[in-house]
Amino acid sequence: MAKVKYTEEHEWISVDNGVGTVGITDYAQEQLGDVVFVEVPEVGRTIARGEAVAVVESVKAASDIYAPVSGEVVEANGTLADAPGNVNLEPMGNGWFFKVRLSNPGELDGLMDEARYEAFVKSLG
Amino acid sequence: MRYLPLTESDRRAMLATIGVRSIDELFRDVPQAARLAGPIEGLSAHMGELEVERLLGRMAAKNVPAADVPFFVGAGAYKHHVPASVDHLIQRGEFLTSYTPYQPEITQGTLQYLFEFQTQITMLTGMEVANASMYDGSTGASEAVLMANRVTRRSKAILSGGLHPHYRGVIETTARWQGFRTVGAPADASGTEDLAGLVDKETSCVVVQNPSVFGHVRDLAPLASACQAAGALLVVVVTEVVSLGLLTPPGDMGADIVVCEGQSLGVGLNFGGPYVGLFATRDKLMRQMPGRLVGETVDADGKRGFVLTLSTREQHIRREKATSNICTNSGLCALAFTIHLTLLGEAGFTRLAELNHAVAVRTAERLAGVPGVKVLNDTFFNEFTVKLPRPAAPVVEALAAKRILAGVPVSRLLPDDPSVADLLLVAATETVTDGDIDALAAGLKEVL
Amino acid sequence: MVQSIDRSQGRHGGVVPSPAVSETSTGNRGLQLEERLIFEYAHADRSGVDLPPPPRVKDRLGGLRRRGAIGLPGLAEPQVVQHYTRLSQKNYAIDSGLYPLGSCTMKHNPRLNERMARLPGFADVHPLQPQSTVQGAIELIATLADWLTTLTGMPAVAMSPAAGAHGEMCGMMAIAAALAAAGEGHRKIVLVPESAHGTNPATAAALGFTVKPIPATTDGHVDVAAFKAALGPDVAAIMLTNPNTCGLFERDIREVADAVRAAGAYFYCDGANYNAIVGRVRPGDLGVDCMHINLHKTFSTPHGGGGPGSGPVVLSERLAPFAPRPWVVRDGDAWRLAEEDGAVADTSLGRLKAFHGQMGMFVRALAYMLSHGADGLRQVAEDAVLNANYVMARLKAELTPAFEGPCMHECLFDDGFLKDTGVTTLDFAKAMIDEGYHPMTMYFPLVVHGAMLIEPTETQGKHALDEFCDAMLHLARKAKSGATADEFRAAPRFAPRRRLDETQAARKPVLRWRPTNRGPGDDGPLRQAAE
Repeated sequence: MAKVKYTEEHEWISVDNGVGTVGITDYAQEQLGDVVFVEVPEVGRTIARGEAVAVVESVKAASDIYAPVSGEVVEANGTLADAPGNVNLEPMGNGWFFKVRLSNPGELDGLMDEARYEAFVKSLG
Repeated sequence: MRYLPLTESDRRAMLATIGVRSIDELFRDVPQAARLAGPIEGLSAHMGELEVERLLGRMAAKNVPAADVPFFVGAGAYKHHVPASVDHLIQRGEFLTSYTPYQPEITQGTLQYLFEFQTQITMLTGMEVANASMYDGSTGASEAVLMANRVTRRSKAILSGGLHPHYRGVIETTARWQGFRTVGAPADASGTEDLAGLVDKETSCVVVQNPSVFGHVRDLAPLASACQAAGALLVVVVTEVVSLGLLTPPGDMGADIVVCEGQSLGVGLNFGGPYVGLFATRDKLMRQMPGRLVGETVDADGKRGFVLTLSTREQHIRREKATSNICTNSGLCALAFTIHLTLLGEAGFTRLAELNHAVAVRTAERLAGVPGVKVLNDTFFNEFTVKLPRPAAPVVEALAAKRILAGVPVSRLLPDDPSVADLLLVAATETVTDGDIDALAAGLKEVL
Repeated sequence: MVQSIDRSQGRHGGVVPSPAVSETSTGNRGLQLEERLIFEYAHADRSGVDLPPPPRVKDRLGGLRRRGAIGLPGLAEPQVVQHYTRLSQKNYAIDSGLYPLGSCTMKHNPRLNERMARLPGFADVHPLQPQSTVQGAIELIATLADWLTTLTGMPAVAMSPAAGAHGEMCGMMAIAAALAAAGEGHRKIVLVPESAHGTNPATAAALGFTVKPIPATTDGHVDVAAFKAALGPDVAAIMLTNPNTCGLFERDIREVADAVRAAGAYFYCDGANYNAIVGRVRPGDLGVDCMHINLHKTFSTPHGGGGPGSGPVVLSERLAPFAPRPWVVRDGDAWRLAEEDGAVADTSLGRLKAFHGQMGMFVRALAYMLSHGADGLRQVAEDAVLNANYVMARLKAELTPAFEGPCMHECLFDDGFLKDTGVTTLDFAKAMIDEGYHPMTMYFPLVVHGAMLIEPTETQGKHALDEFCDAMLHLARKAKSGATADEFRAAPRFAPRRRLDETQAARKPVLRWRPTNRGPGDDGPLRQAAE
């Protein structure tokens, strides 16, 4: 079972064999409301930690998604083009955004685990 | 004061309800030194309608309206006949005095006509999607370049020598302050420039005008192919939208973005504004478009209705990440445009275009017979360039003194380019009569 | 993930089905008439315009004649008039009643202005006619410019910007140009209060500036201490709206202006709310460097369903040399437009628009100014402020004002009074529609929770304000009485449409009619349902 890590910007990343799957958390999708559009990065793009790499739009908000880690994009979730609602329905499942091959796995250490993220969300009120 | 309903006794009662003694107390946050004790000096006091009409009427009377004289002035704004019902309908208070349709339940009127307008624009341009209008053609062209820069992630725009110099000026101003490059081709009075060789891997877009500011009609398909091969976008500008009734639309020639000045339909000359910019593109670029968009949906009872949509691209949500800082469109001018086009319909619009072309051809043929005058164009729609035996600006002035408005001397648009000093742009629309053409030909013969 | 939140007029939200309503066979409900799209009248060969047959000529189109039909529908004039009349009746408008949309200044649009703008000497002249034939038109621009500079106490004005946001772009370009000319191009930071209109940060960012937000104090003003702390050698300008978007006058504005100037930066004042002080306070006396003026707000040119606007920008002495082309100059007895002919200073920031500005709006605005005069404009500001304070005073019995003390031309409430009622600001606004009012501005400014920003304007009488306040108080009491949340959520019930599904519109955008969308025959029954 891959380990899931979280950012303060409400992205999650689940790493398996050096490849991380990235999406937004349940808390994030609830804040956004109905997601209507997702722009994912193109495959092959090299991304740096903290770089704005994707966009998610709801009816009332537009948000940038920042890369939780550095690496190369190896897959993007093409199904979101036709079914952006999956981000609302299964944010941690079919609503994933892209997969990245980590160039610096050490960066994961700077992210939160589930317990800490839950505490973080609670602190937001 | 006829526009202010409050009476003195109202004001006293209201102050009492608020719990203050004077209006001044309500302005107490204004620094004392900046509070003026009385009306600002140097300005007149209030006037009745009659006095305002007299004063402004005197100013208006000093001008020569297009309808009063033989009129051949074009170069980005065209004299056309606007049906009476257009002006009647746009003055309905429910259109005139309504705001941006933020509350769709009570602004379906505005939203539906904008949806119809968007559809008409896609049909005219041969494109897939259009927005709910821009300020005018020139600012629309500038927004098109910014959009091309976003889409291609490049920052060099190539500007045709057939592009209206004022449009070029607006794009260059944007480039200078928003930080991208422009490469301007030399003025193309002959209509023969070939830009394909200039397009490279750094080019975000090529901006061409069709018909060009000199009137030439070109097949843009080869340029579109060159752009596509280099990963650049082709932006086509149309300043005379009536031409689309007769010419192959830019979309059919491979344009990626089409920007038109819509002034010709419904709007009138207005000494330069307000006008209405039309903006259309391909479906795949929809989310990079600037400006407002209206979309179809359903209400809680399942009835068809319309809403502003994809607004997360806009400044009021995205703030510093918006696609553009624009918040208004040109709603009322878009309404005038769409009503005029609805009145014309397919048959009327294509006939209007035929009529414009035929009148212009007759004008060109006639002027070609004036000694010393040479028509430069093989192709044109309703405007063409003539070369005179001497500088065009004083010739135009001399004809104006005879109450003939002969056209636009190119030197007015390009004062620093001596090669165009003898050139005159002549536009002829459906409003030009045989008598007007006779007057222009005879006048030219006299003053040359 | 960092969010940018919609501060719009609440165009989204829950959709609740109505209780069973008995439908008519036509879909019409009395005077509420359904209307199909023009494309659903498909008859290509009909036209509402009679044109003569074109003379026969040999065409000069170079083989580029259009192939295939455009697809436009054909309607006769009566059908066109009926179509647009029916559409118009689905709109709320200032002409219908009080339109308290805060920050938008929905004041009466005098019809004299429309008549003046249509004088052939203004409406039927071409921007590139010989200038000798448009002397009166140039004189009109110069006269309006004189009124604007005199009213604001500023030395110069740029007339060509097409709207407020365009004016902002012009003003910030002028600042960038002035900084570049002074070798100060390294100043890249623009300070913008959090309560600012979205256009301010959008404009600054578009010009390559970095936006630094300045917080507001708890009483709704800009935090002067935080602002001063942010000033430095890398700051280009501050963009400040005054009166601000909370409807309050920034009482420390002089202090802000002096600090900006001392720091070598420029003061951009967003003039969107100038109507609150017109004729009574001159922005030039407050130390601003430039300010755009929305002619469609302060000077009553029609909003027209979202434009056209007009946004002249008044400029201080130190920014005037950088104004955009063209420019009006006086040559002896004649007026002249200085275009690209060397008569305009080389320092000009460039051209912003194809021609000289929104002439049609200039005529309307000048007609408005002449009608009011200096005395009437002063009264405009006073009545606008009086009306807003009156509404505040009456509503505070049931609603919760966001800030203490007098407001300027608009009053701001938060959603505190709706706490635990299950009714949101959006629901409250939609219920106002059923009561016959256009809602106020909602959820803006962002610094106030569930904001409701009410701007009555000076063109409403006391009776109209009282009726409005009665309706608002009734709704507030009803919401607080409990057990009515469902009713609020179902609102509006009596408008031409009920709440619209914005999620569907954005997920599967349908931005144009297509022949396959649906197809009632030319004169067949109209079905509105879009299955």
